[in-house]
Amino acid sequence: MSRSSRPRHPLDDTPVSAWESVIGLEVHAHLKTRTKMFCRCELEYGAAENTRTCPICLAHPGALPVVNARAIELTLALGLALGCELPARAVFARKNYFYPDLPKGYQISQYEEPLCGAGELAIPTAQGRERVGIVRAHLEEDAAKTVHAGGATGRSVGADYSLVDFNRGGTPLLEIVTEPDLRSAEEALRFLRLLRQTIVELGVSDAEMEKGTLRCDVNVSVRERGEEGYRPRWEIKNMNSFTFIGRAIEAALRQQIAAHEAGEDVGQSTYDYDPDTDTLTAHRSKEEADDYRYFPEPDLVPVEPPAKLVERLRAEQPELPGARIERYAAELGFERAGELVMTGNEANAVLLVAQGLDLDAAATVSMNQLAGRTLLSENARPLVEVVQAGNLTREALNAAFDASTERPISADEFLGQTAVSDEATLGPAVDAVLAANPQQVETYRGGKEGVLGFLVGQVMRETQGKADPAVVNRLLRERLSS
Amino acid sequence: MAEISREELLHVARLARLELREEDVDRLAAQLNDILAAVGKVSELDLSDVPPTSHPLDVVNVWGADEPRPSLPAEEALANAPERDGAYFRVPPGGSS
Amino acid sequence: MIDTLRLTAEEAAGLVREREVTPAELFAAYRSAIDERDPELHAYLHVCEDDGGAEGIPIAIKDVIGTRGIPTTAGSRILEGYVPVYDATVIARCKARGLSILGKTNTDEFAMGSSTENSAFGPTRNPWDPTRVPGGSGGGSAAAVAAGLAPWALGSDTGGSIKQPAALCGNVGLRPTYGTVSRYGVVAFASSLDQVGPVARNVRDCALLYSIIAGRDLCDSTTVELPEPVALPEGDSLKGLRVGVPVEFNEHEAIEPGVRDAVQHAIERCRDLGAEVGECSLPRSVEYGMPCYYLIAPAEASSNLARYDGVRFGYRAHARDRLEMYERTRDEGFGEEPKRRIMVGTYALSAGYYDAFYGQAQKVRTVLAREHAEVFERFDVLVSPTSPTVAFALGARTANPLAMYLSDLLTIPSCLAGLPGLNVPCGLSEGLPVGLQLIGPQFSENTLFRMGHALEQALGFDPVPPRLVG
Ligand SMILES: [Mg+2]
Ligand SMILES: [Zn+2]
Repeated sequence: MSRSSRPRHPLDDTPVSAWESVIGLEVHAHLKTRTKMFCRCELEYGAAENTRTCPICLAHPGALPVVNARAIELTLALGLALGCELPARAVFARKNYFYPDLPKGYQISQYEEPLCGAGELAIPTAQGRERVGIVRAHLEEDAAKTVHAGGATGRSVGADYSLVDFNRGGTPLLEIVTEPDLRSAEEALRFLRLLRQTIVELGVSDAEMEKGTLRCDVNVSVRERGEEGYRPRWEIKNMNSFTFIGRAIEAALRQQIAAHEAGEDVGQSTYDYDPDTDTLTAHRSKEEADDYRYFPEPDLVPVEPPAKLVERLRAEQPELPGARIERYAAELGFERAGELVMTGNEANAVLLVAQGLDLDAAATVSMNQLAGRTLLSENARPLVEVVQAGNLTREALNAAFDASTERPISADEFLGQTAVSDEATLGPAVDAVLAANPQQVETYRGGKEGVLGFLVGQVMRETQGKADPAVVNRLLRERLSS
Repeated sequence: MAEISREELLHVARLARLELREEDVDRLAAQLNDILAAVGKVSELDLSDVPPTSHPLDVVNVWGADEPRPSLPAEEALANAPERDGAYFRVPPGGSS
Repeated sequence: MIDTLRLTAEEAAGLVREREVTPAELFAAYRSAIDERDPELHAYLHVCEDDGGAEGIPIAIKDVIGTRGIPTTAGSRILEGYVPVYDATVIARCKARGLSILGKTNTDEFAMGSSTENSAFGPTRNPWDPTRVPGGSGGGSAAAVAAGLAPWALGSDTGGSIKQPAALCGNVGLRPTYGTVSRYGVVAFASSLDQVGPVARNVRDCALLYSIIAGRDLCDSTTVELPEPVALPEGDSLKGLRVGVPVEFNEHEAIEPGVRDAVQHAIERCRDLGAEVGECSLPRSVEYGMPCYYLIAPAEASSNLARYDGVRFGYRAHARDRLEMYERTRDEGFGEEPKRRIMVGTYALSAGYYDAFYGQAQKVRTVLAREHAEVFERFDVLVSPTSPTVAFALGARTANPLAMYLSDLLTIPSCLAGLPGLNVPCGLSEGLPVGLQLIGPQFSENTLFRMGHALEQALGFDPVPPRLVG
């Protein structure tokens, strides 16, 4: 929890700031389609082994791929959201390599002609927009799942044998490649969270790291500030946790800086991050150097996104999270605006604002009393009335918030339960509390006004929560200062 | 066109996952060199302005609706498996060779 | 008594329709012909026990075409024992028309070859002379039809595998326009070239079978709808047809004199039938077609054959680890020719060589397509020998891969351009059939059928090997 997000340097006498981090991401997201990329096997997380396969996704002799139309749409929708250039023509290509989880012996991907070209994602901050360049976004298919069994480690090397389940094989996979524009682990995570939110809101993917529907490769290098060009980078493969991504980046930065400063060679290579030891280990899954022999997939024809389709997708684009954060920030500040949008509590606030509550109050109740819950839309109006009444007991208010997520409510149910603000009623309770707590009274009078909150709480307890806290506050102050 | 070296031949065989027997290497190298010399003829033509044809027909945008169709029962999927373990396909471990 | 040597599919269908024979009797007649003659010819790799209750006539299927529940090996050890769990689209279409499957016919391994000698299960022999090859890769289908072991058959053609065996066995064989027949379920050799097509005893049967299998298939994204329905050819006039005689295809040094004479004779008959015959030139097609083909086809094959890895189906060698499983399985499972082509194709696609080999070959392909398109502005059909030679002796070309590759010299260029081609038998040389190749623009099958049918009538070629009569 308390880990610093800044690269920590192993040699304390050298300032960290001498080095600049250069980070780029390759993000893979499972598309939210019903069926696979090139066959119509239904996608179902957790289905029994090898029950979601067919001749196509098992690569039986003669089977041919058929592109999933929805996958094309979702990819284009994301491309539009990232302001990507959409080329007139995209081509699927074969990436050839052998692995038991790759049934055809090649992955159908895109190479020289992807569906989405250059774009960017801007992260709104108080200091302005942090622009992260997108190199490209393309469509491909996921591999199947291999379980390494027997042996000691459950890893490929040292296992006795492997078991393959082809259910996941052929799941549509969107690959988004960024420019090496990110300058810290923190920034990389900020980008990744905003990208994830964007993807989820577009309905492109569920993008759940725990389920493996969002994965990330990270490219890390460092260079001295002001240095042109890039030094050799390390690619850290297949990470599926925000925390680990942050730690892996930091580990890579640490090790590279140490190596550069010791005058050692930092070669370009591929690593896995081991969260147990917080170290990077050499990645080896394929048996030889990569030569993927890409060539245009002859079983498929080119995609030329029809203008009509692109126009429809453009018209369907919602206001994106980045834009909304900027819009809310004017009233809430960037931190609260970001929190509101990224925590998923925004929808409730939007409903309340639509019924006349101011954004600040709506954001507050949405991120507190309503946090993690869904306000029934028909309850927005009565709830705003209840909140705006301003004189309800705390109990009544909480009851209203609870009920508003569960059943249709009317404001009248709660408006009757106004707080007691009558001084004649509250006076004796206030006096009783003061009499019972001479120590605290002394403390207050000694100048420590913080103790007032305790006394207010005691009065609220005395009145079973029915007292109007503002009135109690005033009465206490009057009596204590006399 | 340069001759394919023994080293290159072994590299290509590894890429293609073909085990080459020592006694076959020289013969195969000779055959490949003959073939490559013959097909290398394509480089005689200056085609810098000619677009490549990867497909004989001009067809674009062929796709299918995202609607599920029945998958194979697991038994049928596994029926041809050389080795299985329950409902899984089983393969040897990734070795260190 | 059913004479399977002479009965056409159209006639057979007529007999069934008129209830003169039952489908089961017809099937049995071919089965006994197979029992009698196939031990010598080895046209079949697998013969089916019964007709599966079909209501129509039988057909033989090249063993690269997947058949549900019937072993499909593509002539390779690596697929020995493999039983498809699904039918190829062309099989489903045949079944929908009531056709029954007689069996699976022999082929060069993965359709790689021109003599059927590359089959892992032994060669097929030519019914006209069993010391000679039937051509390939579809030698099994061609021999089966020639020897009356099937009324008709399906083949597949990548660079000549339907047309060339049809020429060597005296059949009519069509390589359709690329994209008109589904490849779904057909063991892939070179995806941008592979096409399934009919092998038959005459042009009308060939057209009929084409009409059954052709048309767009949602399972094969590279298929298209036919622009016009298939017309069964009638009549004997070629009036108005412009027939081109490309010099490079007709005067190549590899063409045997006997083949040239038979083809010249057929071209004369075209003139007699009213066609306008003229010379033309396709200067680069023959010279560059072969090298272009032997880059593109192996490159695609190297990738298409990667799925034979011993994991999900087919042969697996004993191995201690994964790499050994791959390398041994593929070493032991593939024969010489697939391995050679996988090596060439892998090399042609590998880093540093792609542009010089595969990339350049794709550009040559453009050149050949343009060259053909230009000629088709002046001509409706081009004619040439299908094969430069008649059937050659078994073993004659096996030692030298390049010599074998030259067998397809004249069929390859139009395949690269995606064009349809029809082989029509046009006479004999040394007592062996000579094939005339008709090439048309894309989707010109009806024209090819019309011309083939008229010539067939005029030439009066007898497709029955004399040694099988009596
Ligand atoms: Mg990728
Ligand atoms: Zn599937």
